[in-house]
Amino acid sequence: MIIYGVALLSVCLLTGMLIGEGLGVLLNVDANVGGVGIAMLLLVLASNSDKFKSLTEGASGVGIKFWSAMYIPIVVAMAAKQNVAGATEGGLLALAAGVIAVAVSFALVPLISRLGNPEQEGD
Amino acid sequence: MDIIESVFVRNNLVMAFALIGATIWVSYFLADRLTGGRIHGSAIAISLGLIAAYWGGVTSGGNQGLADVALLGGIGVMGGGMMRDFAIVATAFGVHMHELKKAGLVGVISIFTGVIVSFMVGAAVAMLFGYSDPAAITTIGAGAVTYIVGPVTGEAIGASDTVITLSVAAGLVKSILVMVVTPLVAGFIGLNNPQSAMVFGGLMGTTSGVAAGLAATDPKLVPYGAMTATFYTGVGCLLGPSILFFIVSGLF
Repeated sequence: MIIYGVALLSVCLLTGMLIGEGLGVLLNVDANVGGVGIAMLLLVLASNSDKFKSLTEGASGVGIKFWSAMYIPIVVAMAAKQNVAGATEGGLLALAAGVIAVAVSFALVPLISRLGNPEQEGD
Repeated sequence: MDIIESVFVRNNLVMAFALIGATIWVSYFLADRLTGGRIHGSAIAISLGLIAAYWGGVTSGGNQGLADVALLGGIGVMGGGMMRDFAIVATAFGVHMHELKKAGLVGVISIFTGVIVSFMVGAAVAMLFGYSDPAAITTIGAGAVTYIVGPVTGEAIGASDTVITLSVAAGLVKSILVMVVTPLVAGFIGLNNPQSAMVFGGLMGTTSGVAAGLAATDPKLVPYGAMTATFYTGVGCLLGPSILFFIVSGLF
């Protein structure tokens, strides 16, 4: 049943969000700490485990794959609701801070990826 | 006219599905015909979305882009946080545990590096523009982390409304830039495997930017980048009003 997969996905997201909010409270932070990431880990665990086979295979899996495939359309809608006008109103300071932060972060991607490389070659 | 309007407003989410579907069709058509597939169709669709959002924001005066235009409220539901998170989690289906373990430690390093480096850049820019008040410098630095960390930090340490607004704008610039630039620079920074995607997500941290940037680069990388990115805002909110503010206060 398609709904079984969708329900599993929902339970993963809700559980992850609850843990994320809980972490926020524990750390005294006004934000959800990694809720979505934890939810993803839960789904990875479930989809790699035999116990959850009936919820992730066949028609149930289709229910999860549908939402996975809807990801790009949802991201396009998300782009269309961004406050782009607001970003341009911040003037030069906001522009400079944003642009330089992104440029430096991009430059760090190959450097930090390389930190993980020795492990990779060892495999 | 009334009939048309009431049908579209009442069914605004359905209207959004149709509109986004048409946008994606046009984008893939353009990607194929005009660029011969060199630019990913979703990169064009996301850019069209951003242009539409600018237009929506300017005409409506709201802060939700196209979703503030009367007939297009459904875009806000479809592109809202709940749907985004639901679909992001779904992309983790089929991800292998060993890929995650391989980049686990590097992923954590990238999150802390990303938050601290972006903060330093934002703080330095604020100083260049003449700010000398520690609360203002910290808040603008936090805005360069993400547009959520900026206001959370600013409100916690009592920065002015103007400074908080600036910090949100800096975060928005970052997020939009990551969406647009990622597919263009992916080749140069080696963004073509799960490990570098996790590092990328941790360094950039803006969930929307990473989500859209990776979707336009290679959809298979999305779950890896999104996984680390979702921890970034939390770490930013943790460090911004505490350690980072103390350091800035100590310096001035």
